[in-house]
Amino acid sequence: MRPDTSSLPDASLTNLRSLLDTGWISARELTDSHLDRVAEADGPLNAYLRVTADLAREQADRADERLAAGESGPLLGIPMALKDVLSTKGVETTCGSEILRGYVPVYDATVYEKLRDAGAILLGKLNMDEFAMGSSTENSAFGPTANPWDVTTVPGGSSGGSSCAVAAREAVFTLGSDTGGSVRQPASFCGVVGLKPTYGRVSRFGLIAFASSLDQIGPFARTVADAAAVLGVIAGRDPRDSTSAPVEVSDYVGALTSDLEGVRVGVPREYFEVEGIEPGVERAVRGAVEQLRALGATLVDVSLPSTTYALSTYYIIAPAEASSNLSRYDGVKYGYRSAVEGDLVQTYMATRQYGFGPEVKRRIMLGTYTLSAGYYDAYYLKAQKVRTLIKDEFDRAFERCDVIATPTSPTVAFKLGERTADPLAMYLSDLFTIPASMAGIPGVSVPCGFSDGLPVGLQLLGRAFDEATPLRAAHAYEQSCDWYTRKPA
Amino acid sequence: MDETTRDSKPGGLTNEQVRHIAVLARLGLTEDEIEVLRVQLSTILAHVDQLTELDTEAIPPTAQVIALHDVTAPDVPTPSFDPEEMLANAPDREGSYFKVRSILGYET
Repeated sequence: MRPDTSSLPDASLTNLRSLLDTGWISARELTDSHLDRVAEADGPLNAYLRVTADLAREQADRADERLAAGESGPLLGIPMALKDVLSTKGVETTCGSEILRGYVPVYDATVYEKLRDAGAILLGKLNMDEFAMGSSTENSAFGPTANPWDVTTVPGGSSGGSSCAVAAREAVFTLGSDTGGSVRQPASFCGVVGLKPTYGRVSRFGLIAFASSLDQIGPFARTVADAAAVLGVIAGRDPRDSTSAPVEVSDYVGALTSDLEGVRVGVPREYFEVEGIEPGVERAVRGAVEQLRALGATLVDVSLPSTTYALSTYYIIAPAEASSNLSRYDGVKYGYRSAVEGDLVQTYMATRQYGFGPEVKRRIMLGTYTLSAGYYDAYYLKAQKVRTLIKDEFDRAFERCDVIATPTSPTVAFKLGERTADPLAMYLSDLFTIPASMAGIPGVSVPCGFSDGLPVGLQLLGRAFDEATPLRAAHAYEQSCDWYTRKPA
Repeated sequence: MDETTRDSKPGGLTNEQVRHIAVLARLGLTEDEIEVLRVQLSTILAHVDQLTELDTEAIPPTAQVIALHDVTAPDVPTPSFDPEEMLANAPDREGSYFKVRSILGYET
């Protein structure tokens, strides 16, 4: 008997792989079932900014031809969606901003090229905080995305569309980008797996730039094995991104194990003794750490004393880089242009005044200020020095452990509108994800329970270019519990 | 260094400074936005001033975290984009040029 195709969106990538490879279902059927699911569920969620149904069906038919020819591959015939910060040739790409409304890229991001070559199918482009600046997806010019666990709460951000779509079964996997936590924090809020690879692991070519020394692309999926399979396809050196590293891409799926014998898990006290951490979050994460021990891991106390300074460091470095990167939006070559009377500078000023939203303006202003004459040493240079301290502390901690376990965020998903008036309160949501971003190391968020009925995430960090070990720990943990089988109503 | 920023202390901005930064950033702002940003930026700057607690005199700065330096690529010509394709997103054009307002003689 054929499976009821309406339940296909619930299946994991691993299960779908065998259904596709044995010819039990076609990529076209799988794609249609997802398009139906998006049409039915996305109205109140607003995860998708646009659905590329015709393109998806075309790509599905090509995938079916490849499957019929006996080809196989981890992502062949798998429907997915991309955060709207990733360039897709011929498909509007807005970055959640009014200034890029109607902008159609003339080239593809390397990650999309790799996914397409692997036979993955693009269902559409996903909502996000404007230019990836935010922690709730409320900063999108195209309306907020809701959290499928409770539509009165935020999905996290900035990749909130990407985390929501995976949690709501609107895609098998998605890609997001993580500058200070924008993959891990929304994964935590939506109860899915989110991986930020090492800086340099995945090519940033075609990723619209926010903070170039921090930005990294990463996958969302419902299981760790699924995320590992996606990383295997998108990772690797790319001549078009000179910061992508020539480091061998390992077999991430093959490295997953069910036990953690010989793995040393560092537990940094600074991540548990923080003001504002919710008791339910602390309880769930401490329980998960105990479970890692039960699986064979050795727990090690480690100290990362500069943790409390990481947020300040980030809010100097990221806006500084952003103010420079976003100077390209001048209304000359693409995007919105104001029709204001006057000369070119007046055109620039009016274009940017109308085209950018409040958070983007705030960060451009902050970055321009800290880089301005007389303040560079006090802010930007100082922050870069503290960045060295943060990185050195991780290096020292990793001499004594192989993985570091922390909460992904101090709280579960907060209410829509709750923090929009207070930028600092919003920034605090990224307290636990920012340090790893500053150090450039990989981190994965995996569901580890619920607090007040909303998902909690366990963050597992690894050494630079060793995504395999945190993925292994996350997988062993995930498979020993049943959190990953829960789904929103 | 600029007159409007030289004598101020980090943390408490004036509206005049906010206006000056906005011009540097080529960002038009309403008077209401200037007032809101003055308060919000001052709050954020007061928070990040905690970094002054750390003695970083002997610490080298980190600009990027991976050990790659002077990455070069072979100088191989490849086809470029078609001008029509590149101009398709232009807000305004004339022939195969991007068209803009006059550049010389502006005042800010």
